[in-house]
Amino acid sequence: MGFKNQPMTNVKPVDDRESLFSPEIRAEIDKWVAKYPGEWTQSAVMAALRLVQDDNGGYLTQELMDKVAAYLNMPPIAVYEVASFYSMYELKPVGKHKVCVCTNVSCMINGSDRIVEHMEKRLGIKLGETTGDGKYSLKEVECLGACGGAPMFQIGTKYYENLTPELVDSILDGLE
Amino acid sequence: MSEEQTVTIEVDGRELKAQAGAMLIDVTDAAGINIPRFCYHKKLSVAANCRMCLVEVAKVPKPLPACATPVADGMKVYTRSPLALAAQKGTMEFLLINHPLDCPICDQGGECELQDVALGYGSDVSRYVEGKRVVKDKDIGPLVATDLTRCIHCTRCVRFGAEIAGVRELGATGRGEHMTIGTYIEKSVDSELSGNIIDVCPVGSLTSKPFRFQARAWELTQFDGIAPHDSVGSNIHLHVRRNEVMRVHPKENEAVNECWISDRDRFSYVGLQSDERLTAPMIKRKGGWTEVDWPEALDETARVLKQLHGDQVGALASPASTLEELHLLQALMAGLGSNHVETRLRQNDFRGKAPSFPWLGRPIAELETVDAALLIGSNVRKEQPLLGHRLRKAALEGAQISYINPFEIDLNYAADQMVDTPFGMLADVAGVAKALGATGGLIDSAKVDETHQAVADQLKQATKASILLGNIAAAHPDYAILCGLAEKIAQASGATLGFLPQAANSVGAQLLTGKGNNAAEMLANPCKSYVLVGLEPAYDFWNPAQASAALKAADSVIALTSFRSPSLEQTATVMLPMAAFTETSGTFVNAEGIWQSFSGIVRPAGEARPGWKILRVLGNLLDLPGFEQESSEEVLAEIRENLADKKPDNSLGDELPAQQLSQTSGLQRIGDVPIYAVDPLVRRSMPLQQTHDAIAAAVYINANEAGKAGLSEGDRVSVKQDGHQATLGIIIDSNIPDGAVRIPAGVAGSETLAGQFGQVTLEKA
Ligand code: SF4
Ligand code: FES
Ligand code: FES
Repeated sequence: MGFKNQPMTNVKPVDDRESLFSPEIRAEIDKWVAKYPGEWTQSAVMAALRLVQDDNGGYLTQELMDKVAAYLNMPPIAVYEVASFYSMYELKPVGKHKVCVCTNVSCMINGSDRIVEHMEKRLGIKLGETTGDGKYSLKEVECLGACGGAPMFQIGTKYYENLTPELVDSILDGLE
Repeated sequence: MSEEQTVTIEVDGRELKAQAGAMLIDVTDAAGINIPRFCYHKKLSVAANCRMCLVEVAKVPKPLPACATPVADGMKVYTRSPLALAAQKGTMEFLLINHPLDCPICDQGGECELQDVALGYGSDVSRYVEGKRVVKDKDIGPLVATDLTRCIHCTRCVRFGAEIAGVRELGATGRGEHMTIGTYIEKSVDSELSGNIIDVCPVGSLTSKPFRFQARAWELTQFDGIAPHDSVGSNIHLHVRRNEVMRVHPKENEAVNECWISDRDRFSYVGLQSDERLTAPMIKRKGGWTEVDWPEALDETARVLKQLHGDQVGALASPASTLEELHLLQALMAGLGSNHVETRLRQNDFRGKAPSFPWLGRPIAELETVDAALLIGSNVRKEQPLLGHRLRKAALEGAQISYINPFEIDLNYAADQMVDTPFGMLADVAGVAKALGATGGLIDSAKVDETHQAVADQLKQATKASILLGNIAAAHPDYAILCGLAEKIAQASGATLGFLPQAANSVGAQLLTGKGNNAAEMLANPCKSYVLVGLEPAYDFWNPAQASAALKAADSVIALTSFRSPSLEQTATVMLPMAAFTETSGTFVNAEGIWQSFSGIVRPAGEARPGWKILRVLGNLLDLPGFEQESSEEVLAEIRENLADKKPDNSLGDELPAQQLSQTSGLQRIGDVPIYAVDPLVRRSMPLQQTHDAIAAAVYINANEAGKAGLSEGDRVSVKQDGHQATLGIIIDSNIPDGAVRIPAGVAGSETLAGQFGQVTLEKA
């Protein structure tokens, strides 16, 4: 047996799953759980983390991850693994606008360095940091699958492609 | 292997037969063809993440990982072709990019799979000049040291945790270059098998903490041994430098311990160097201890023993004593006219007929193939960790494992647990028996509930089922009744009755001893004189208060011991330094009834001598017959001759004792012996004592009972039991049933109390 072909569950599942999240969040997570075969509740972990993160102002805490683990009946470490693997999960508070700049091959060849440099100058922060007023976070990410429009970044759920420093300025100016 | 399942493949020009679907690496391993690997481990699931095992397969354009490529008929494989070699070299170069060059200060140096494979398959120079990655080390407890910068991310340790230890504690967090192995949160790794991650880690990322910087691999000489702390009798390798055991590793034996050992067997060796080792014979004179030489000590001992006759003397020996020691002890006692030799020191109920050759009931390896098992009074996971592991394997294959215990135990698989007071346990066992249609004694008045019925049905439907009695049962005041009921359950369900013997030689001891007064009788009606072998009165008896009193009242107490200890110094009159398990030859009979002999591999500490030699010389000094042996092999040959016709046999007497001795009134003590309190050596292994499992003496009580008594967590209480007293802290524990408190035995703090079970009262101190 391997833990890949059988879900590794907690020997003692929590009794009061209801108390872990609000009814709305639970309903949303349950929708995702329903998409997978019965014993594979943990397949919903990515969706659950996203929902819980959005609900918490854009980032996850250990407590929230533990709750997700308890809710989906999986070992907490397995949740930490997922949350620390994907760049869309935040483990520390982030700014209101999270700018995810791709610096992977295609974007790099098309000048993502310049974009990063420009933004670092404009916002006065380095990659991985948040502005003092909590408005912007700058994050380096790997290929977002939009190589055709390289260089690019993502803010919120939106992609911005074929970036130039001027375009970046106008995009940032347009943000609240 | 049936005909159509067999395929023929060709590896490097050699024709091999294999089972269809088998992984290529298993086939080549069996044929002795070496393919380099890191992530593959035969006992773990396939991860195929290291890519070190790439080989060329004809008609496939890219190299394939041998560990994840099933064989197919006619497959042609090249493990040393230019394509394969280039792939292996490439992988190796990538693996080394972030690997530090700290082999000179790495404990794995000299026995490192990465070093070996780099030498065999890598290139001579590195083209990488950029900065290497550094990972902060994590503290994962007292047993395993981490140097995570060395990690090559094979995830063997993670898979070991999930698949073998059954606790998902370690994980791989982060991604790509930022991936690190760890617990993510500050936390120790607490599995009772955790030390095995040291062995599975192919590099020096996870190494033994107690062994850290103590020796280099090439300074060590390897000897075989048998682990002395439980009835598995795990096969071990002892690594020795300059007459000192530096570390312990498993020796592979599929039938006994597979390729694992418990942490207890791996780290107990640290206790061998304890300051408390007794290194010279000592005699108590005018209340103080004087060091003497052997002749004087032996003469004095012989003088004392000569004055005694018959019933006045009793021998109490550790159940981890070797067959040879017990045989000579028995002969010595017989020569003096006494047949009181006892090793069942943690048992109090000796009613009924004891089985003549109590054993597991089936081979150890077969335990993992049962469809159902009922364990009565056993925390098998902590008592015999590798038997627990076999049962877990069975459970993962769908076996129904059920427990009847006086407190809920921590398990690493789903099982039915019936938890009741010591008294209530009998009702549960009787309930299951009744549900199976058994009759007689308690069974007739038992009530059958749904759980009883469900367990009964599982046992009945199973083609292979075991009823097992553990350490907690053996210490139960109604052990004889539990045994009788268990036998009835086995008979009525067609299951096999088995015992989970406590110590390394519990089974062997039963073959040789137990013909005279039992331990309870010997202590209740004190003898004039006692011979103790390998014991500490405060921690090794069912009722330490009674044992200490009986020993104190005796005229003389001759103790053969490896360690000094306060309770021994108070009670003994002569202490003879006895060799520890690495210093003497001997034989243990394990739970399965296998005789496993081992030899002494280091010189005994100081003046210590092997127990069998001490006893033989005493026999000579007393002019007794039967003490002419020159070697422990001769002693063993004698034993073999005497026991030639002994076959494992668990049958009990027919009569169930009628009277129930466990009580219902007041609070009942459950005095289990924690995993790292079982014998004098384990109790002196500091690393083990620092683990989470080294449970301290305390009163574990559930919130309801605590509330009734007006107690809360952290309170100090005065515990009274049978006129004895101890002051202990309160720990609220929801695993304890109403009407009971768990006060562990064998640990400092509870040794002033009476029996492992019995009524206690609590009063705020
Ligand atoms: S710590 Fe060792 S066993 Fe674990 S992933 Fe790293 S190299 Fe593999
Ligand atoms: S490399 Fe930037 S989107 Fe693909
Ligand atoms: S051993 Fe095959 S990929 Fe690691």
